[in-house]
Amino acid sequence: MDAARRTVRVTVNGESHEKEVEPRLLLSDFIRHEAGLTGTHVGCEHGVCGACTVLLEGAPVRSCLMFAVQAEGASIETVESLADGDALHPLQEAFRREHGLQCGYCTPGILMTLKPFLAANPEPTEAEIRQALSGNLCRCTGYQQIVAAVRRAAAMLRAEAP
Amino acid sequence: MTTRLIGAPVARREDARLLTGRARFIDDIALPGMLHAAVLRSPHAKARFTRVDAGAALALPGVHAVLTHEDLGPANAPMPLLNDNPGFIHPRMHRALAPGQVRFVGEAVALVVADSRYLAEDALDLIEVDYAPETPAVDLVAAAEEGAPLVHDDTDSNVACRTVDASGDIERAFAEADFVLREELRPERGAAQPMEARGVVARYDQSLASLTVWDTTQAPVSARGVIADKLGMPEAALTVIAPDVGGGFGVKIMLVYAEEVLVPFAARLLGRPVKWIEDRREHFVGSNHERLMVHRIEVAATGDGRILGIRDRFLYDSGAYCPYGPINAECAQAILPGPYMIPAVHSEFLAVYTNTPIVSPYRGAGQPHGNFVTEMAMNHVARALGLDAAEIRRRNLVRPEDCPWDTERIFQGNTPFIHRDSDYPAQLETALEALDYAGVRRGQPAEREQGIHRGAGLAFFVEGTGIPPYEGVEVRVEPTGHVHVATGYPSQGQGHHTTLAQIVAETLGVAPEMVVVESGRSDRFAWGVGTFASRAAVVGGNAALGAANAVRARALELASEELEAAAEDLEMANGAVHVKGAPQMAVTLAALAQAANPINTLAAGSEPGLRAADYFRSSDVAIASGVHGAVVVVDAATGMVEIERYVVVHDCGVMINPTIVDGQILGGTAQGIGGAFYEKLRFDEAGQPLVTTFMDYLIPTAMEIPPIEIHHMESRCSLNPLGVKGVGEGGVIPAAAAFCGAVEDALAPFGARVRAHPLDPPAILAMIEGRTAP
Ligand code: FES
Ligand code: FES
Repeated sequence: MDAARRTVRVTVNGESHEKEVEPRLLLSDFIRHEAGLTGTHVGCEHGVCGACTVLLEGAPVRSCLMFAVQAEGASIETVESLADGDALHPLQEAFRREHGLQCGYCTPGILMTLKPFLAANPEPTEAEIRQALSGNLCRCTGYQQIVAAVRRAAAMLRAEAP
Repeated sequence: MTTRLIGAPVARREDARLLTGRARFIDDIALPGMLHAAVLRSPHAKARFTRVDAGAALALPGVHAVLTHEDLGPANAPMPLLNDNPGFIHPRMHRALAPGQVRFVGEAVALVVADSRYLAEDALDLIEVDYAPETPAVDLVAAAEEGAPLVHDDTDSNVACRTVDASGDIERAFAEADFVLREELRPERGAAQPMEARGVVARYDQSLASLTVWDTTQAPVSARGVIADKLGMPEAALTVIAPDVGGGFGVKIMLVYAEEVLVPFAARLLGRPVKWIEDRREHFVGSNHERLMVHRIEVAATGDGRILGIRDRFLYDSGAYCPYGPINAECAQAILPGPYMIPAVHSEFLAVYTNTPIVSPYRGAGQPHGNFVTEMAMNHVARALGLDAAEIRRRNLVRPEDCPWDTERIFQGNTPFIHRDSDYPAQLETALEALDYAGVRRGQPAEREQGIHRGAGLAFFVEGTGIPPYEGVEVRVEPTGHVHVATGYPSQGQGHHTTLAQIVAETLGVAPEMVVVESGRSDRFAWGVGTFASRAAVVGGNAALGAANAVRARALELASEELEAAAEDLEMANGAVHVKGAPQMAVTLAALAQAANPINTLAAGSEPGLRAADYFRSSDVAIASGVHGAVVVVDAATGMVEIERYVVVHDCGVMINPTIVDGQILGGTAQGIGGAFYEKLRFDEAGQPLVTTFMDYLIPTAMEIPPIEIHHMESRCSLNPLGVKGVGEGGVIPAAAAFCGAVEDALAPFGARVRAHPLDPPAILAMIEGRTAP
């Protein structure tokens, strides 16, 4: 119980964080309570709901299924990295316009799942979008307005691309 | 001209914070010196204990307190009974901590407060309780029988409440019937499972002897009353705030859960802020459940398919206590005739204690159950009489020319249930056309020859919305020109801030950006009941309109003095009052607010400020209504079901914000589909829950929920000035019946009848093979 603390150094949204933590500390708890970035949410802590999704070296991971010490030296992106000041990221803007969120609890995990998805697949079909979303549970929306938001975001991102 | 905002698909003001990670949910609250709590929960469905040994737990460095029932004193008195019922025999409410006897797996036994949640959970493992397990009553049907093990030893039976609700002459209905359907229908146990579980944070201010409680409740004002009572404090010394809440759907209102007393109690005792956050596995047992009922019905019909009467005797699983009263059973009873003109209805329920978690409303509160019974009965009578499912409905609907049609049934809040302001036959025809129902029927014979099992299901719903007693809203124009809107009821994602701002901005002719909305804080507006039963838009929305209209009248009065013009010659736009046709002759609302709060004299009899509060008192349920239609294809080899089409015809009266309305319908329908095919809570004979993770409780993903087509029929509600009916539950109520109806239609060649949900592939295969479902 009184496990020896370990030092973890990670970069979150471009900022480096160095903390002494218990080895059992979940990465999700590190991000939320040590780094103070509470935009990443926790819905199940057993790897099903996807609310805790962040990007680790650019790839989506469930931060509730990792210990913070396992992320040593890694670069992490959270939902707080998406907007540029007050200017929303196209994904965020699309969710706002299509009513892709209600309570917004699942939303950060969904946005972080979609960012690399749309980068890899700029013109997804509806089936591909639903497949991409299938690891994220949302209890409020029934997903339809989320799917519409993804389609809109894809179009916005394509229009932006050089 | 004032800009029309009511009815516009305005983008939500809530979203920017939520999208950027700047929202503040309960677990995002961090206070200096804050401690963390964890709850020791009973591992037994029924046991006695005499000793809770916390010695080892307290010895753990960083553990500040372990509370058991003995430490609580009067704070551990039983919780209040929220909804009484004349049929109560043995109302029994839970306490914050079990006093020597536990009655379900998950019941709170002790609270640990420590430096971190991790440490608090370590300490839970060190607490020793000398449980002596006893035989529990788990199965609902068995628990209702004489001689069953008692959940509460001081009673002589597990029946908590027995209530009869009757209208019309039921004997005559059966005497005149050409055909009687008899069957048992059983919606299974499920749960709301919002993505955010519950949580409470409390801070005690020693200087002021006051408490601030952040609580994921759907009813902060009402929760404040219960917490103040339990803690022996004046309500005035207690502020309850619902922060951003990650979904509610009913489970976040109980008045109150154990932790809503324990956490403030610990914060006051220790003089430090305390946080408790429920994890998901806890939520599966520590928060309430819903849905399980067993209905035994008899339906009397004429040979041409007119329903003469329904007799329903049903069992309602109350769980181990009944703090909410048998409200789900009452709503199921009230909703039984649906939109149909059924001359006689006789229903009787027994609310039964079992050694399982407490049952309270989940979205729809018993209406999905009553709906399932009636709609499946419609299908089954139709099949027996050789009628189409659409035709039997057509023959029984209440028509506009029959309205107002008093069902003689009493709904939640003691309100009459009277049909008006809807056109059910038109809804049916719209659904049939949208679904291409005739096309499905035409295709079936050939498809069946090829082994394709496609079927269509229909389910009507009527939903009691906007229930009593009231909500209130205060509207106040600041001297800055901003308009402050405050109400007591909170949001869990419904976008109330956006819709309230639409109503107030339009009424006062100000830009929506100038409207500041605050809700769900007892320190901002301390009157109100809460967000449930699809009531916020109806009751709160009309209170906002009333308050804004009063402010408008006052502003016109003040401006008419200022501008020396008659009030009728004035209009409001762009944050000012101006003379019609002469926009330069204007005075801003900001200036009027300033003038209404003078620094020299305030005229006798007048009140300071440009402000008003209004309360919308509801005395009658606004009935929202509609039809769901589904087309499914069943794979006879695997028992899997593909939903090809899903159509919702929906009438919630005037839509304040159609995009938000769509969101409510889509989300509710998805929950209904989840309940129809995926989600089920199970227990073993010892009362151990077998489903405590999302690996076992299958919330549908984007792959399972089909695209849903919505057709709005916007018929104005005559009961309130906005003309709205509620929209929160129409998605969920008929979804199970529509889905199950489509499945049994697809499997009609096998003589399939669905009598329970959720269906699952084994149940479907059993129907195909002509066995009774496992
Ligand atoms: S919280 Fe990590 S997957 Fe649910
Ligand atoms: S918006 Fe509430 S869970 Fe997705």
